[in-house]
Amino acid sequence: MINAVGQAQSVLVLGGGSEIAGAILRALPAARLQRVVLAGRRSSVMEERAAELRGRGIADVETVDFDARDTASHGAIIDAAFDAGDIDIVLLAFGVLGDQEALESDPAAAVDLVTANYVGAVSVGLHVARRLRQQGHGRLVVLSSVAGDRARRANYIYGSSKAGLDAFAQGLGDALAGSGASVLVVRPGFVRTTMTQGMSEAPFATDADAVAAIVVAALAKGRETVYAPAVLRPVMAAIKALPRGVFRRLPG
Amino acid sequence: MLTGWGRTSPTAATLCAVHDEADVVDAVGAATPERGILARGLGRSYGDSAQDAGGIVLDMTTMSGFTRDGSTLRAQAGASLDDVLRAIVPEGYFVPVTPGTRFVTVGGATAADIHGKNHHVEGSFGAHVRRMRVVTGTGEVVECAPGSDAFAATVGGMGLTGVITEAQVDLLPIATSRMRVDTERHADLDALMAAMTQGDHQYRYSVAWVDSLSPAGRGVLTRGDHASLADLPAGTDDPLAYDPRPRLGAPPWMPSGALNRASTRAFNEAWFRRAPRERRGEITSIPAFFHPLDGVRHWNRVYGPRGFLQYQFVVPDDASALVGLALQRLREAGAPSFLTVLKRFGPGHDAPLSFPMQGWTLAADIPARIPALRDVLDALDGEVIAAGGRHYLAKDSRMSAQTLSAGYPQLARWRAMRDALDPRGVFASDQARRLGLTLGSAP
Repeated sequence: MINAVGQAQSVLVLGGGSEIAGAILRALPAARLQRVVLAGRRSSVMEERAAELRGRGIADVETVDFDARDTASHGAIIDAAFDAGDIDIVLLAFGVLGDQEALESDPAAAVDLVTANYVGAVSVGLHVARRLRQQGHGRLVVLSSVAGDRARRANYIYGSSKAGLDAFAQGLGDALAGSGASVLVVRPGFVRTTMTQGMSEAPFATDADAVAAIVVAALAKGRETVYAPAVLRPVMAAIKALPRGVFRRLPG
Repeated sequence: MLTGWGRTSPTAATLCAVHDEADVVDAVGAATPERGILARGLGRSYGDSAQDAGGIVLDMTTMSGFTRDGSTLRAQAGASLDDVLRAIVPEGYFVPVTPGTRFVTVGGATAADIHGKNHHVEGSFGAHVRRMRVVTGTGEVVECAPGSDAFAATVGGMGLTGVITEAQVDLLPIATSRMRVDTERHADLDALMAAMTQGDHQYRYSVAWVDSLSPAGRGVLTRGDHASLADLPAGTDDPLAYDPRPRLGAPPWMPSGALNRASTRAFNEAWFRRAPRERRGEITSIPAFFHPLDGVRHWNRVYGPRGFLQYQFVVPDDASALVGLALQRLREAGAPSFLTVLKRFGPGHDAPLSFPMQGWTLAADIPARIPALRDVLDALDGEVIAAGGRHYLAKDSRMSAQTLSAGYPQLARWRAMRDALDPRGVFASDQARRLGLTLGSAP
């Protein structure tokens, strides 16, 4: 249970290797945190994160194989995590960025990316929602992206997957109203992580710790949508209002 | 969506109205251990005691009948002290214990083993309960009395041993419905506590309000008893007249910051100045003396949408320094509190989860939105435990499982009694989940 001052006891991370999820785990008030489940593709990053969490004194840390594309496996993975005890916060943090140019000439790879980012999220998101509804409490944090607000020429395949994810997460939040569970949609801008290494930074670039601080504050306030950094809310509102002809000519 | 009085941590449950004991037996029989079942009264516990996320919550307020036979009250669990007082005060009786609000149920008062301004003399509510009927986890109706395990585990048991359906409670005969009150203002905490140590035993009722923002810890001590006929002015029409009426209502929506240091400072200053330096024998009413906040409907809304919590602990007499320390820590954390109450407890009840023990109890209302609060309260928890004290479950919305078990040395004994009453493990609450209260329980 999340207590009156926002101290959670259990967290499930879908995308256990995600840097932003790692930063959120560091930023959450952790005095009552006793159980963390990291679900993701087996990786040294995820194992190191698990070791770090154990080192912080969190009693019960486990890693679970989870592939967003393998939707048939999702039900059993989510049930196993919730059967072992209530989960207060679920971070839906997996996602693939891809190389737009390569994707454009390889439709199968594009389908694979969209399957992970969107189809996988719909599948696992619905399983999580079913269990949150049953337990009558809990927060689902969905890492969307400003790329979903308006798809750019330079990354519209990734952008379209995030647009789908974002619309799904908002609808899911509305569907869960009154169930005790709720959804927080997070729309970061350009975040400096290994996923974006080597790419030229977009304006208002931020880092994982800054995103994490915004997510933790938004959870405390019970917000449903949050931009990181916050200035991207008006910026994206303006960008969404631009006529196609103008938007197409923008750099990047 | 259900919350406690502090409006923090809302969760969803299936609310189910019960009209008689048979309804309760049916509901408990049908309940499963997955999400469990819990009785809820008027929702005045501050935290998550009366919530059961994903489970079944029985609304006991539809079982609210009661009768009086001499000085014995026989009440269904959902009867409110408000309704009881309206009936019995004009007949010359008073409830044995009342908290700061009359909007609590008899069942809740027993399950939380509540205390009032008379604890130093007359103990907690459970000490005045003679018998009760409890629907246990197997759906059996148990009639129990002091001395039995079922009784001891249920008094203060936070509804986790069974559903109380009915209780017999001893009443206090009164000659009038008025209170005779002595008020003293004290410039600092030491003087206030000295006055309480020296004089509390001369009064049935005693409580002190402390100015949480004053570094000296100034406060106002009010003590009194029920007025006798001789105390009333000549020509008083009806010495037992009782007419509690809510005067104001807080608006349904308040901005999060409305209650801040400035408004609290202004309130505390006014409250302190309003009290006379010393006044003896003032005649006042029962609502004005016991339930001043009940005059404002929904006063819990003044803390805004993020809600508030009440930090209440008790420490033994030899650790009285903790009172000043706690006030200092809360002040330093920038936690404005207009309701900070200090009281001396008498000896505790033998029920293993009963809160009161001989010593000092401090209760402070604090807005939940202050981030520094987490660590300050966690550190204070440690100090209270080290001093041999503990925290009140009916107010708790945030403590740790370790703080709970360190404060209640009889927890294991209570768990064993509880398991015997609920072998299937169907009784559950958000608080029990958060604190692992029923941990080790079957299955």
